Amino acid sequence: MTKLKRIFIYVFLSASAIVSIFPFLWMITSSTNRSIDVTKGKLLPGKYLLENLDKAFNDVDILPALLNSAKISILTTLLAMLIASLAGYGFEIFKSKAKDVVFSILLISMMIPFAALMVPLYRMFGTISQTVPILGIDTISSVILPTVTTAFLIFFFRQSTKMFPKDMLEAGRIDGLNELGVFFRIYVPTMKTSYAAAAIITFMSSWNNYLWPLVVLQSPEKRTIPLLISSLGSSYAPDYGVIMTVILIATLPTAIVFFLMQKHFVAGMTGSVK
Amino acid sequence: MREAKAVNLRNKTNVVGWSFIAIAVIMICAFYFYPMIRALLMSFQSGTGTNLSYVGIDNYTRLFSDSTFITTLTNTFLYLIVQVPIMIVLALFISVLLNDKDLKLKGFFRTAIFLPAVTSLVAYSVIFKYLFGADGLINAMLLKLHLISVPIQWITDPFWAKITIIIAITWRWTGYNMIFYLSALQNIDNSIYEAARIDGASSFKQFTKITVPLLKPIILFTSITSTIGTLQLFDEVMNITKGGPGNATMTLSQYIYNLSFKYTPDFGYAATVSYAIVILIVIFSILQFKLAGDRND
Repeated sequence: MTKLKRIFIYVFLSASAIVSIFPFLWMITSSTNRSIDVTKGKLLPGKYLLENLDKAFNDVDILPALLNSAKISILTTLLAMLIASLAGYGFEIFKSKAKDVVFSILLISMMIPFAALMVPLYRMFGTISQTVPILGIDTISSVILPTVTTAFLIFFFRQSTKMFPKDMLEAGRIDGLNELGVFFRIYVPTMKTSYAAAAIITFMSSWNNYLWPLVVLQSPEKRTIPLLISSLGSSYAPDYGVIMTVILIATLPTAIVFFLMQKHFVAGMTGSVK
Repeated sequence: MREAKAVNLRNKTNVVGWSFIAIAVIMICAFYFYPMIRALLMSFQSGTGTNLSYVGIDNYTRLFSDSTFITTLTNTFLYLIVQVPIMIVLALFISVLLNDKDLKLKGFFRTAIFLPAVTSLVAYSVIFKYLFGADGLINAMLLKLHLISVPIQWITDPFWAKITIIIAITWRWTGYNMIFYLSALQNIDNSIYEAARIDGASSFKQFTKITVPLLKPIILFTSITSTIGTLQLFDEVMNITKGGPGNATMTLSQYIYNLSFKYTPDFGYAATVSYAIVILIVIFSILQFKLAGDRND
């Protein structure tokens, strides 16, 4: 390879990396500056982080939004893991022609855009509100229920199950475990890495979900982090320092999860395509 | 023994198997297929709020004379035709560069370029909105470098607002797609490239004759997911430009949202517009499969 080409590669990749990282750096330094410094284009860290944090927790009231987001994302992730892995396991271990047909029909749901579901779902939950308010509009369950089961995750677990040593299941049955026992005692512990990958992907998309919570969560005290950021972002007199602090706090959980479990994350993304 | 086991397994297949998948099947039917049928019925109804009555295909004919619909459709197509190819080519190019085994700092480059993909759509949109503001940092830098003499109206000019949205989406998703290509590239046997090099094939030739054909299934996969994603574009436009100026950046999803929750609610017509997206997704997916052609041969 020629030297010129080498140089080009490094310059190109460095430029791409800088462009990718720059908004993060700006977010971090801005969270330590006053709004006025941010507008002036200050790029160096300041000493107003504590003040911004104070405003984020006391004026903007970030804590309830964080708790709402945490509740929704954790519940969604746990339920999604249970439902999707049971199904993926069922489709692969108890394979039959009829089930394969059902499986292909479920896959069609991946093509359905959420925008098309939003209106009928909103009306469904409106009807549910009248009889079972706890499941209706403006509740955590109305956010979780429509998003918790995805054909993508079922597909992911089915693909992962293909690699699972089936003899282990037979051994469990001989030891007297029932089918659910085999699943929870043998399959779940062996598939830890698949669960990790699937859980990260699910947690992140739930933590960042915007459109559906925007539709169903109507009272301000119910709003999640993306809804809070969106309303701060559209205010007429934005306090840039505080907004960047809020975004920083909101990004931290997903960034930490990502850096700790980068391999699992990538496995979760690409696992089902291979 | 073996036969008994087979019979035993077949019984289990029928009863236990179905119970394992039951919850998932019920949930997908209740929250995907049933609403789709409801939406189809609604698309033939009209009225405000919950007072809907059947109007036949009126909603569908209304689509063709609805200038807002035409604008949002054109915008969505523009994002699709300009942004998806740029992003896919860029992602492919970066992943090929990163796949070089002699490359130093590979891990750093990969993580850095992938990083945008872990941010929330709303969070990055708000950051971009400020960066691209008329007195924002991007304009300040361009002015300082003397690349422009007057600030560009990134958010408030109909043309530049579209460019801003395209830049934003490309920033967010290039690294995401790159990861798919990288993991596929790692499965390609290096000896194929060595053979090509011995035969005197240039890097460009190797790229077009080896890399692209071998990555065809994954390119197809990413272009379909990107197309579906773009047709549903909402968070970015809502938070960067609010669809403005006027309706210059508004997307189909945002129009559906506005029809249902912002203007006087017209759920029937909103359902009709949403079926337009469904039809587009089906057409594009079939088209892309056809274009990718004989990938399984």
